[in-house]
Amino acid sequence: MEHPLSEPLSFQRMILKLHDYWSERGCVILQPYDMRMGAGTFHPATTLKALGPDPWNAAFVQPCRRPTDGRYGENPNRLQHYYQYQVILKPSPPDLQELYLGSLAAIGIDFTKHDIRFVEDDWESPTLGAWGLGWEVWCDGMEVTQFTYFQQMGGFDCKPVAGELTYGLERLAMYIQNKDSVYDLAFNDAGVTYGDVFLENEKQMSKWNFEIADTDALFDLFRKAVAECENCLQADLPIPAYEQAIEASHVFNLLNARGVISVAERQAYIGRVRDLAKGSCEAWMAKNGWAA
Amino acid sequence: MRGVDGEERVGGVSEDFLLELRCEEIPARMQEKARADLAALFEARLKALNLPFDAIESYATPRRLALIVRGVAETTAAMTEERKGPRADAPAPAIEGFLRSTGLTREQLVTRDDGKGGQVLFAVIERPGIVSGSVLGSAITNVIHAFPWPKSMRWGAASQSTESLRWVRPLQGIIALLGDKLVPVEVAGIKSGVQTVGHRFHHPGVITIGSAHDYAEKLRACHVIVDGAERRAIIAVGAKLAAQKAGLTLVEDEGLLFENAGLTEWPVPLLGSFDPDFLSVPPEVIQLTARVNQKYFVCRDGADKLANAFVCVANIDAVDGGEKIVEGNQKVLAARLSDARFFYETDLKVALEKQAEKLAKIVFHEKLGTVADKVDRVAKLARWLAEQGIVKADPDMAERAARLAKADLVTGMVGEFPELQGLMGGYYAAAQGEPAEVAEAIRDHYKPVGQGDDVPTAPVTVAVSLADKLDSIAQFFGADLKPSGSKDPFALRRSALGILALIIDNGLRFRLSKLAGAEVLDFFADRLKVQQREAGVRHDLIDAVFALGGEDDLVRLLARVHALQAFVGTEDGKNLLAGYKRAANILKKEGFDGTDTDVGGNIYEAEPAESALIEALDAAEPRAEAAIAAEDFEAAMSALATLRGPIDAFFDDVTVNDADPDKRISRLGLLARMRDAVHKVADFSRIEG
Repeated sequence: MEHPLSEPLSFQRMILKLHDYWSERGCVILQPYDMRMGAGTFHPATTLKALGPDPWNAAFVQPCRRPTDGRYGENPNRLQHYYQYQVILKPSPPDLQELYLGSLAAIGIDFTKHDIRFVEDDWESPTLGAWGLGWEVWCDGMEVTQFTYFQQMGGFDCKPVAGELTYGLERLAMYIQNKDSVYDLAFNDAGVTYGDVFLENEKQMSKWNFEIADTDALFDLFRKAVAECENCLQADLPIPAYEQAIEASHVFNLLNARGVISVAERQAYIGRVRDLAKGSCEAWMAKNGWAA
Repeated sequence: MRGVDGEERVGGVSEDFLLELRCEEIPARMQEKARADLAALFEARLKALNLPFDAIESYATPRRLALIVRGVAETTAAMTEERKGPRADAPAPAIEGFLRSTGLTREQLVTRDDGKGGQVLFAVIERPGIVSGSVLGSAITNVIHAFPWPKSMRWGAASQSTESLRWVRPLQGIIALLGDKLVPVEVAGIKSGVQTVGHRFHHPGVITIGSAHDYAEKLRACHVIVDGAERRAIIAVGAKLAAQKAGLTLVEDEGLLFENAGLTEWPVPLLGSFDPDFLSVPPEVIQLTARVNQKYFVCRDGADKLANAFVCVANIDAVDGGEKIVEGNQKVLAARLSDARFFYETDLKVALEKQAEKLAKIVFHEKLGTVADKVDRVAKLARWLAEQGIVKADPDMAERAARLAKADLVTGMVGEFPELQGLMGGYYAAAQGEPAEVAEAIRDHYKPVGQGDDVPTAPVTVAVSLADKLDSIAQFFGADLKPSGSKDPFALRRSALGILALIIDNGLRFRLSKLAGAEVLDFFADRLKVQQREAGVRHDLIDAVFALGGEDDLVRLLARVHALQAFVGTEDGKNLLAGYKRAANILKKEGFDGTDTDVGGNIYEAEPAESALIEALDAAEPRAEAAIAAEDFEAAMSALATLRGPIDAFFDDVTVNDADPDKRISRLGLLARMRDAVHKVADFSRIEG
């Protein structure tokens, strides 16, 4: 276990520390996926790679977009765009909890002064047809990580099971830097704050998400993504098909933020996205010759 | 360490057996049941194996389930099995077949007299006891594979196969010790051993356990309290004390005790505080946020008001005395409370009337339209109940409250905490200047929720609550979405019980048939029977009153039932019932339906007992009728009680089946008159005894 660091880490140094830590433990360090998505789990390096028998260890930062969480930059804890640090280890190693705790120590959390707890939290993604069991990890009462053993993905049993760690980077940084507002976080060690980088972005994107986005165009995008996904599946191209599932899922989230999807319709939309994701996973399994 | 197996004999005394199943963090809510299941499953296995023992204890912490079986016998009980074979003089093939199936020789068989002069062969097979160490391993394997976790998972390399072991979270180690000897067993690649780990942070290294005797103490030395009851006690006492030190009183919460004990191996209660400005948010909201999201206890001050303090339970003795932990938890709670305050203040700015408009977008049930549709129906019904005087409420207020009652469903706060429905609406209504009666009705209109909940008595509240529940039952029944068997997805039985409680407790007088069709009336009748039975009323008495039919004024119906219950317990009641039954039996036997009362004009001189009964009936009938009209059922019963002596004397002295048909008909008519008089109160034929 490393010694507690004397200076709290800046946002970017914290990410670099995690990269180093997981790189040293054999992970592929990937760059963010270049598509809009609601969670790191949507990254094909998680979703598709969680399927099949091949070992896979990867770590990456994924920007996440949750349009309905936007607060026009006025809430110190809520953002429509934020970062997750995602680690996937398949098969799940027997010492996954210890590995995870080692990463917390690496970013400066001192276990003699802080209270780390594994609190039951089962994970389910209706849009991915996926579920797993695990915990939310608490540090002094704050949820800092989602820790999941994937059991199913795209409706298929995970064989073997992968362990997934999702760190909420902004929360962790606020904790480590002892800040009450995400915008006050030190982004780097040269005086740039998180607010300098993202505050204006939050204001404009919140307005667009909630008020401006052209809903007819969005409905059109949704239909096109669905059609293109089916097109890709017919051409036996599961990866581009899955990209269209990601697209459809995000467009649905935007429509939801615009308040144009009724409660009754909601389930139907989620069901359609799930069908795309499941279809892509199914094609991925078939193309690799893996039995369900 | 030598293993205990069939080759080795342990000493001649019984030993204690220890089993620890260590895994990654078990959800707090599952630990108590898992502990009980482990003990029950193991006990059942030991009994099936015929292995005697004295007692079983079991324990659970977040990271381990443990079991101690006290006084395990050295071996399983020896058994003698006897099998009956063919007769001694049976043909050779039959005897050979029996020998084959038992594995014995002819000389080893025993011959016994069959009691009928013949000889029968018996095989007597001795099964010696098996050394307990060698059967415990199979019991462990069996129990692990059969363990009934509510949710379980696969993990690791072995999960390449979906047949791999399932456990609540990855299983990491097994300790199995009989006395001080290892019971060797391997489950899913995990070999039993004698080592475990202590507290995750205080003592991450391995601990070697010697036997069941030092298990708890060795763990305690490594910051693990293995007994959940002890952890709960530490939290209860520590949290109370922490609050007391700050001059506050802890709000006790049994559920939180269990939850925190299930999240800690070394619980350390710590007092924290929050900015008193947050106390502008309703106390219920603060308590709920603290409890549900953070698992904190809350405190009250000297004036019994919610204090700006909380108790969290850490799982560690921090080197700084918990300063950083408290600081961190205070920050998290502050963020939660500022979220709550944001919702509260934002909600306050929107008039409930405006919020209610949004209910038109929320589907109540796909077959029953939107919540706005329901609100409209409930508002009209609440008004009607008030206008009819069924509930003594102001009709305008009843309608107003009903129109606003569901508006909080679309507020931010109820979106965050659905369990605050009603309560928040009440707060918002009061803050927005609605009359106190309206605000109170909005707050309490879901009540009573289940038995034991407060039953509203404020008239406006009663009107809205009653209208809301009546509407749900009528609508769901109308759409053929009725409860059946164990299925009651819309909690209509609970609604019906709520309606009954509202009617009975408030003495609401109205005919339910004005509001409900035959099917719904039957549903209420069933619920009423269930409710009264649970309240200790004899079901036959309920039947006796229900059998009169046509009674849909529940208050009157129950008054009748209760008076009857009191009456049949008295000596008069019992005797009258006996007399009634005798009369009813005669009438039945004679096939007398009461229509053929034509006595042919022949006047005969009545016998004294006969005259006395006629007189008694002449006196009792109008009294009973007047009492019933006045709904004084006790008086009606006592009027009937006056018939007891005359009817007894009548049966003693008078022959009903007289040879003179006029006398016979006349006397049967008298009995029928007596029966009918009694039936004005209840159908006594339904009463048992």
